[in-house]
Amino acid sequence: MAEAISAFWTQYGDLLLVGLRDTLVMTFVSTFFAYVIGLPLGVLVNITQPHGIWPRKWVNRILGWIINVGRSLPFIILMIAVMGFTKLLVGTKIGVRGAIPPLVISAAPFIARMVETSLAEVDGGVVEAAQSMGASVPQVVTKVYLPEAKPSLILGASISLITILGYTAIAGAIGSGGLGDLAVRYGYQRYIPSMLWTTVILIIVLVQIIQTVFSWLSTKVDKRLR
Amino acid sequence: MAEPIIQIQHLNKTFGEGPTAVHALDDINLEIMAGEIFGIIGLSGAGKSTLVRCMNLLERPTAGTVLFNGQDITKLKTRELREARHAISMIFQSFNLLMQRTALDNICFPLELIGVKRAEAVKKARELLKIVGLEDKEKAYPAQMSGGQKQRVAIARALATDPKVLLCDEATSALDPNTTLSILALLQELNQKLGVTVVVITHQMNVIEEICHRVAILDGGVVAEQGAVADIFADPKTDIGRQLVYPNGVRIDKLPPAHVIRVAFNGGSSYEPLIASLAIDLGIKANILGADTRNIDGKAFGTMLLGLPESQAEAARAIEYIRSQPNVTVEEVPDHG
Repeated sequence: MAEAISAFWTQYGDLLLVGLRDTLVMTFVSTFFAYVIGLPLGVLVNITQPHGIWPRKWVNRILGWIINVGRSLPFIILMIAVMGFTKLLVGTKIGVRGAIPPLVISAAPFIARMVETSLAEVDGGVVEAAQSMGASVPQVVTKVYLPEAKPSLILGASISLITILGYTAIAGAIGSGGLGDLAVRYGYQRYIPSMLWTTVILIIVLVQIIQTVFSWLSTKVDKRLR
Repeated sequence: MAEPIIQIQHLNKTFGEGPTAVHALDDINLEIMAGEIFGIIGLSGAGKSTLVRCMNLLERPTAGTVLFNGQDITKLKTRELREARHAISMIFQSFNLLMQRTALDNICFPLELIGVKRAEAVKKARELLKIVGLEDKEKAYPAQMSGGQKQRVAIARALATDPKVLLCDEATSALDPNTTLSILALLQELNQKLGVTVVVITHQMNVIEEICHRVAILDGGVVAEQGAVADIFADPKTDIGRQLVYPNGVRIDKLPPAHVIRVAFNGGSSYEPLIASLAIDLGIKANILGADTRNIDGKAFGTMLLGLPESQAEAARAIEYIRSQPNVTVEEVPDHG
């Protein structure tokens, strides 16, 4: 058994390490940029709704529509559809670099909805109290909404990360690299079950680590739980 | 006192449109004087919260004007309104503290909004914590505090910008009677020491009785009656006034024509047998006509209607006797027959 594992590692170890690295890079870099777009978008959608702190009917409708369109496209189709744009932006359609733009485009609307939901959990009374003290719209967002929603936003980030981790495996199908790519090429196409199961285990471990760390962080920052 | 600080003129507020529209407030006219404690009382749904929220424009009136220091705040631009709001603070039934901030940082919050430097804000917040009696809770989060403590932090926060007016929207409704009394005492103290005008919204008559100078009774979106608290209590002119002043279910016109008094218990010891001692000490037999009293932690709260003997002298002695008891107020119910 030990010998078999040793032989497996000698043969595929480097491949798996590279795959793991690619998956991590794609996941975290894409999540970061998806938040750069999704966070302000989610805030805007929340505050522009009819009972929000900055009601703007048409802005709200248009943003809502964009988000829904973004969310209704299956990732694999979106990835192919935006290939031209990807090439323009990062100079390639494949590899880790090529996977990041479609991952960001696909995840940003999803994150916007997550952020919107997190902000909706903030007690309206607290927002109102801030307004009664003369807080401006940006002040309510930065000093009330975001800090008060922090534990929920952190939990949301774990869901976003895990979802994007899943997308990277799909990106693997068209040559982005990463663990998904290994599972498809070695596990499926060459039928090497040990490769398939190793990638599966690695992905499970990754998901568990992300969830545990973020749940812990969310609890740690939440001052309501005392 | 004398100068009006808030004047409400022909104020209307309608929610919704068309046949489903709700007329929450209908032609409200009120004057609140600088330095007074003004109460607004009504049953739930009377429109009192909507009215107080029109005073800082958390709710936009449908029609009418709201003057603050003579200036119509409904005409202000967004930025000007935000500035005006620094002078009109508000506290709430549910406290509305920032849950992720300590007591100290909650009090610093309104100061941050106007760009006060951190060190200065902390200094001010510490002073305020001392005023509300929570020096030791500086680092506590709202989740670690009791309701009364949370409301004290909210009051300190409301005072941070040195407001002229403090609006209290059912500020004691979520608190137990003892805590209510201590919060009311604090509001009274702040009114006297700092000269801040206090507007109290409540459905609890004892709150009005405890601290207010003048009161407006709101019923179905209109002011049913208003005046000095003592006058309203002594002689409520409207049905809703009588309903609020007298214990539940008592029909004042069904009472015997003799001397009837209304006794209010404001947290005195409930182990003092008032009616019995009246009989033993003075030999006067009082008849309980109606009562709505509660015993909370050994303290008596509520009101009672007593029928006294026909004799003018005996009645006067009884009233005098009851008046001398601690934490009890008494007044005669006039001309009810």
